[in-house]
Amino acid sequence: MHFYTPRKLAAGLGSGHGATAAHWFMSVSGIGLAILTPLFVIAVGGAIGLDRAGVVAHFGRPFAAVVTGLFVVVGMIHWIRGTFVMIDDYVQGGPRAWAQILTQLFGWAVVALTLFALARVLLAPDVAVVVPAAAPVVIVN
Amino acid sequence: MADVPRGNRPLSPHLQVYRLPLTAITSIMTRGTGQGILPGLLLVVWWLVAAGTSDAAFATADWFLRSWLGWLILLGSTWSLWFHFLAGLRHLWYDSGRGLEIDQGRTLSIVIIVGSVVLALLTVILMLV
Repeated sequence: MHFYTPRKLAAGLGSGHGATAAHWFMSVSGIGLAILTPLFVIAVGGAIGLDRAGVVAHFGRPFAAVVTGLFVVVGMIHWIRGTFVMIDDYVQGGPRAWAQILTQLFGWAVVALTLFALARVLLAPDVAVVVPAAAPVVIVN
Repeated sequence: MADVPRGNRPLSPHLQVYRLPLTAITSIMTRGTGQGILPGLLLVVWWLVAAGTSDAAFATADWFLRSWLGWLILLGSTWSLWFHFLAGLRHLWYDSGRGLEIDQGRTLSIVIIVGSVVLALLTVILMLV
């Protein structure tokens, strides 16, 4: 009787010693993204068609801002790792290094732009945001 | 060489002469749709950056996002997103050691294709209302 899981027994096997970790990362981030995808679609889908003040107010809410930030950060790291597998399969030699560099730059640029946009929308909107009226407080004795 | 009688024995299933089963096609499409999410996501990020920048920037981004080309990109990327979502769930299911029989792979492929189209249409309706 031993206490090793099948994943632990597979870790480090193979010529590069990293494939179990790579596969495990894509599975774990994939599960996270499976949860985030419907939430992201609802967060963004509900905002398309609004005017600028409406969009700023929409992404000023915690749900839309947090879901959008999480989806893009986790999604782009998942995308970088997945694209690296495609590069390993289809690109050889010198172009492979350039493709890997461009993939990293592009993926993190999308993350940076999204976080910058969310920060601008949340903290310093230069547009008059119409805050929806709070629900009337009913005091029940 | 050309005159060697080959008889009726099976030949190696080389990729260029081998008709890929539906399960293989949807598996390869997982990669393609993973990249297909990007154009729509970039469009949304541009639109979000513009919303945080200025009225003029937002007007430009919003005009493009809701032009016919913008909707086409959004529809394509939305379908890609749902296809990749369902195909990714299938890979997780495979990893658990299930769904590996030939007929199961075919059934799940049809579920992925039909499901991704239905979910994409529902998403676009959500965007339009």
